[in-house]
Amino acid sequence: MSFARQVAEFCRRDLLTERRAGEVLTIVTPFGAVALMSFPLAFGIDSALVSRVGPALFWVVVFLFTMQIALRHSAAERPHQRAVIALLGADPFARLLGRTAAAAVLILAFMAILFPAMLLFYSPDLPEGWPLALVPGALAGIGLAQVGTLAAEVTAGLRTRTTLAPLIVAPLAVPLLIAGSQALESLASDGGILPWTVLVVATDLALAVIGAAIARPLEEASL
Amino acid sequence: MQLRPPGWETRREAGKLPSMTIVSLRNVQLRFGPVPVLTGVDLDVGPGERVGIAGPNGAGKSTLLSVIATLRPPSSGEARVFDAEVGTPQAYEVRRLIGWSGHDPALFDELSLRENLYHFARLAGLDIAEADKALHQVGLEAAADRRARVCSNGMRRRADLARLLMTRPRLLLLDEAHAGLDADATAIVEALSRRTVADGGAVVMVSHDRQTMGEHVDRVLTLREGTVVP
Repeated sequence: MSFARQVAEFCRRDLLTERRAGEVLTIVTPFGAVALMSFPLAFGIDSALVSRVGPALFWVVVFLFTMQIALRHSAAERPHQRAVIALLGADPFARLLGRTAAAAVLILAFMAILFPAMLLFYSPDLPEGWPLALVPGALAGIGLAQVGTLAAEVTAGLRTRTTLAPLIVAPLAVPLLIAGSQALESLASDGGILPWTVLVVATDLALAVIGAAIARPLEEASL
Repeated sequence: MQLRPPGWETRREAGKLPSMTIVSLRNVQLRFGPVPVLTGVDLDVGPGERVGIAGPNGAGKSTLLSVIATLRPPSSGEARVFDAEVGTPQAYEVRRLIGWSGHDPALFDELSLRENLYHFARLAGLDIAEADKALHQVGLEAAADRRARVCSNGMRRRADLARLLMTRPRLLLLDEAHAGLDADATAIVEALSRRTVADGGAVVMVSHDRQTMGEHVDRVLTLREGTVVP
């Protein structure tokens, strides 16, 4: 089986599992929406402030909840299943990419549902041409999927998994969060989104290179 | 200690068996942190052999099987499978020749039995028709579209056996293969095992139940205090 077909097979399996289990759409997404709705209540009736911080809070919620998505999603594969897959001769990087692709689809769906909710709850003043900022935003979502899947793989099988994974995730996600949130700000101040797009693409590529380099050792360590 | 069945060398010299030893362990030791699990295992398994390794719970049988499956390199000593040293990149290349069935069937709960088999078939580069054929062979055609989560353990074990029937491994590793199986499923294990050795492969089985396992293998060894003895 070719590398690309293996990637597609892992992605297909994970998405099918999610469609049946429905964890992201029926559990995580409603809680994300509730979190987004809670911030304006905490700020009170200062609508100018709420409007200004809305996009940034959207990214905070996206960051926290998408990590949950990626970590829970990756935990779905048990050690003996990994062993059987290794014995079938599957490429570890294809497995990592396929699982990342599935996580990216789920994270982008989560973002697509929460973005209109943010517009509704915060009524931010969106600059002209704001849809352009969706490009680095979506790329940042893909990067978060990479970070979450990598963190889940690094901590697979460890008792300290739930503590360690966020510590790995936090520094790796910083450039993605900055790029995702600053793209809109930059448009509002007549700056372009190019520097932020370059930052997020560079981060995505760096994460892909790291994934390619460590996929095999990570798999071997988790068997 | 060299552990081979009586007449094995003669059969090999007579050309009845391929010359390559499928499993060759030399003074294999394995520790989990400070705890020694395997303390010096020597074992040879050649083509056409069915070997059983008995031992009580916690003796390290499953760990030994994971070394033979190339999934866990030994702490010291030499483990070779299909002449590839375990723990080196060469061992990754021979993994396709190995089939492993553990205590817990490796099925994804939210997928149906058929979808599980299709997934494994695609990853193994096989046509999905092979998966349908294997499901038929283990008598799971009627239940094939049920999610694994709602299937009984016996059905899940059969689906696991279907994976092994489908992938036709040259080295079959079975962990407590007969535990909890009915007579029909036990017959499937036996047929699978016989087919593997008929194809020139080998079978290594581990179980705490020496007597039952003895009915299905050519020789039974014992794992005691981290080492294999006759």
